[in-house]
Amino acid sequence: MKYSAAEMMTIAAARKIKDGDRVFVGIGMPNLACNLAMRLNAPNIEMIYEAGVIGANPSRLPLSIGDPCLVTGATSVCSMFDVFTFYLQRGLVDIGFLGAAQVDKYGNLNSTVIGDYDDPKVRLAGSGGACDIASLARQVFILLPHQPRRLPEKVDFITSPGFIGGRRERERLGLPGGGPTVVITDKGILEFDEEGEMVLVSIHPGVELEDVKANTGWDLKVSPSLTVTDPPTERELAILREELDPKGIYLKRGD
Amino acid sequence: MVEDKVMSLAEAVDRLVEDGDTVYLAGFTHLIPFAAGHEIIRQGKKDLTLCRATPDLIYDQMIAAGCARKVVFSWAGNPGVGLLRSFRKKAEAKEIELEEYTHYGMVARLWAGATNLPFFPLRSNIGSDLPAHNPNIKTVTCPYTGQVLSTVPALNPDVAVIHAQRADAQGNAHIWGIIGEQREAAFAARKVIITCEEIVSSEVIKSDPNRTLIPGFLVDAVVEEPWAAHPSYVQGYYDRDNDFYLEWDRISRSEEDLRAWLDEWVYGVSGRREYMARFGAERILKLRVNSQYSVPINLGSYR
Repeated sequence: MKYSAAEMMTIAAARKIKDGDRVFVGIGMPNLACNLAMRLNAPNIEMIYEAGVIGANPSRLPLSIGDPCLVTGATSVCSMFDVFTFYLQRGLVDIGFLGAAQVDKYGNLNSTVIGDYDDPKVRLAGSGGACDIASLARQVFILLPHQPRRLPEKVDFITSPGFIGGRRERERLGLPGGGPTVVITDKGILEFDEEGEMVLVSIHPGVELEDVKANTGWDLKVSPSLTVTDPPTERELAILREELDPKGIYLKRGD
Repeated sequence: MVEDKVMSLAEAVDRLVEDGDTVYLAGFTHLIPFAAGHEIIRQGKKDLTLCRATPDLIYDQMIAAGCARKVVFSWAGNPGVGLLRSFRKKAEAKEIELEEYTHYGMVARLWAGATNLPFFPLRSNIGSDLPAHNPNIKTVTCPYTGQVLSTVPALNPDVAVIHAQRADAQGNAHIWGIIGEQREAAFAARKVIITCEEIVSSEVIKSDPNRTLIPGFLVDAVVEEPWAAHPSYVQGYYDRDNDFYLEWDRISRSEEDLRAWLDEWVYGVSGRREYMARFGAERILKLRVNSQYSVPINLGSYR
């Protein structure tokens, strides 16, 4: 069965969610991954949106982070101050999903500027809740396309801290959250070693190791126990295509 | 006699918004006060410091129209679509000053402003490059534990504008759905304008006191302005006009299209009624939502 790189990414992310996890969700791929996990491996997850919605149960695919469909049928709605203070800073969020324009080898994320801050080549949208999530969630899952310009050795600007200059630096600064645990790209799955550096642990079916390395902005470490990601099952694809994104708004079809 | 604060939007903006003011048009994707933003543009207010966690299209339009000197924000994007082109163009050309925080930082600033504290401590910002580029993000050492915490300063806007589902003539406002930072903005601001989908009697407000997010005594003006949040949405009243969010991305690509849009939809109308009429019934009907009511709560009747 054919599938797209975006479908593989979403499915790989869904498989990493454990039953009972409280997940701080963004729209698009993270929302799809959570809804897929809820129907398969993790029926009892709690979805929390930064707009202040707890236990959302959306009847349609939300088009923005504050879509009204998130509210109708949710467990609780609170202010943004409350969601960041009582839920995130309190340490109640197990997984925060983040994407960014750039991610470096220590999992630092840039969503602020390309180039110099005071004289940027490109001015991006800025942190939003990303820095708060990166600082405070117990784990951070990063999703992004695998391209050299997206994965430079050092980001132009640290919007949201990963391990900064290494795992010890994050510990020294006393950030409450555990930092990034996994990076899922369209080419593979990466985790972080004891130094806090990204290591390739799994490669998606049909992708060559050389291709992954050539598309990473530094000399990428490869795990000695490198595996091949299990391809999407028919069931996973059917739920994504028939129930979650039937119009293919977020996920282009692989056929 | 209780003061009646009901007035037109033109009168409220004329009386309460001055050139050079720091303003906060509240609402996280929901209840964005577009009508008030357009009235501020029509009245040619300038040198404003525009504060919002998410500037959204309304600040992009106000920036394009030349109202802004500075933008204080945490996420300047077109939600679900992409970037804000006027914001980005003027920021890259250094024609507007920027001061940026995280979402938590922005709402914590309002919280401090609303509760008469000089700053708010939080466990974010540390390890980020943001504090190095924003001297207003500092640190404090906790006098009890010795821990170093990040701090953000209180934000006290000159004017806050809040759109509500319903309010009474005194400004007691019921808001439901995503409640973002509306309450914090109202308590932090020196002056408050409430626009609402409908003005209701005080009996309606008092039938559900837990839903009153903003007490009337904070409010200076109450404006009944249906569809004031379009193209954003009002929970239970109308849906987000997602097509317009996509259209704005196209309109704001060229200076010419942008001017033509402002001429037709902001300068070329007297207010919201004319603006909505110009959209036409078909598009408006598409945004209507079906009802889904909550189960009424029992407040009890006490003797």
